[in-house]
Amino acid sequence: MDWSWKVAADVLPFMVQGLVVTIEATFAGAFVAYLLGLFLAILKMSKSRPIAFFSYWSSEFIRRTPLLVQLYFLFYVLPDIGIFLSPLAAGIIGLGLHFSTYTSEVFRAGIENVPTGQWEAAKSLNYRPYQTMRYVILPQSIPPMIPPLANYLITMFKETPLLSAITVVELFNAANIYSNSHYKYLEPMTLVGLFFLIVSVPSAYIAMRLEKKYQLRNTGAN
Amino acid sequence: MERVLEYSSLLIDGTLTTIELTFVSAILALIISFLVGLSRFSSLASVRIAAIIYLEFFRGTSAIVQMFFMFYVLPLMGLHFPPIVAGILACGLNLGSYGSEVVRAAVQSVPRGQHEAATALNYTKYQKFRYVLLPQAIPVMIPTFGNLLIELLKLTAVASLITISDLTFMAQIIRAQTALTLEPFVAIMIIYFTIASVLVAITDFIGRKLSKGRNTLAKKGV
Repeated sequence: MDWSWKVAADVLPFMVQGLVVTIEATFAGAFVAYLLGLFLAILKMSKSRPIAFFSYWSSEFIRRTPLLVQLYFLFYVLPDIGIFLSPLAAGIIGLGLHFSTYTSEVFRAGIENVPTGQWEAAKSLNYRPYQTMRYVILPQSIPPMIPPLANYLITMFKETPLLSAITVVELFNAANIYSNSHYKYLEPMTLVGLFFLIVSVPSAYIAMRLEKKYQLRNTGAN
Repeated sequence: MERVLEYSSLLIDGTLTTIELTFVSAILALIISFLVGLSRFSSLASVRIAAIIYLEFFRGTSAIVQMFFMFYVLPLMGLHFPPIVAGILACGLNLGSYGSEVVRAAVQSVPRGQHEAATALNYTKYQKFRYVLLPQAIPVMIPTFGNLLIELLKLTAVASLITISDLTFMAQIIRAQTALTLEPFVAIMIIYFTIASVLVAITDFIGRKLSKGRNTLAKKGV
């Protein structure tokens, strides 16, 4: 078993193509996760007991079952009831849906961490609900949300190889297809690992910097 | 649903494999978490650096890539594992990296005065960790460890991709044999949800037991 640079050079173009799909899936999935997550957070904080209860438990159900199974569900079950999604679309929806349960907690915590005095102040100023949110609550709750949301973006990036199970040819699958047809596993698998390290280690470092930055800002404001 | 019940023996076998995989990798991950997490406090720079490399490597690459690496690449280097061992190693090593950060953060969250008090009492490093820091840090770790345990359970589903016959693998077999899609996937999602909910209840129970009378840190959820 020796490392062959020829094989490495051979597989690289396929992997670059795969990386593009991986990045697409990550950002589109994150977009869905943030949007759905905010929606879910609002539902969870609803004053109506049944809505809060139902949204909490359906989010827990998604959170406590594996993403892989949810992807299979979207990929195999939906066509049976007449909904045809491309593998990539199913993957993006699955990724977004799964992680919306995580991001909803970030949104909820961010909004709930704004002191009640701020809500009361907005009320006493006779602000409309829109104004309360726009000028009082959101400006205070968004900055602390940024680091955890960035962290989930990195997590989603690392979860994209699961999409290979539903035939999406992303980074990992591109390497795997090459491996299976050439019986060369060492170089493609090592390169996939390297690609992930190259992207996720620096971005984890950036996320850490963001965390420090917004922490300082918070203590400064207090 | 009746036709899925015909295959209930497969589902029971799959459930047992999933539980076994979760349990054994959880123990492995727990040992690694403490080993690597505490290594970060070593006075030897080489030990600290080794711990950081381990952490960044396993946290930075995707779990599915690690699993395929163990399954396809390590045998080329002369290391042959049965699939279940490769699955346990990949799950344990992956979650261990996240766990080590929990251990490190929890020990660091013990107030500075406690570290200093141990030094003032002339405690050895072992005594300091055994009698002062860990008893206060462990209750802080429990809720996060609980979350990681759920992540671990969900990660075991990925092991189905390296031919381990866990729940997800069995659902795929049932799908292939009966052409049913909705029933097998719904059935295993309910099983996963049930296992996860039991794990949540257990960690909540342990968390309550451990934080009894030590409410200073745990209640604040530092």
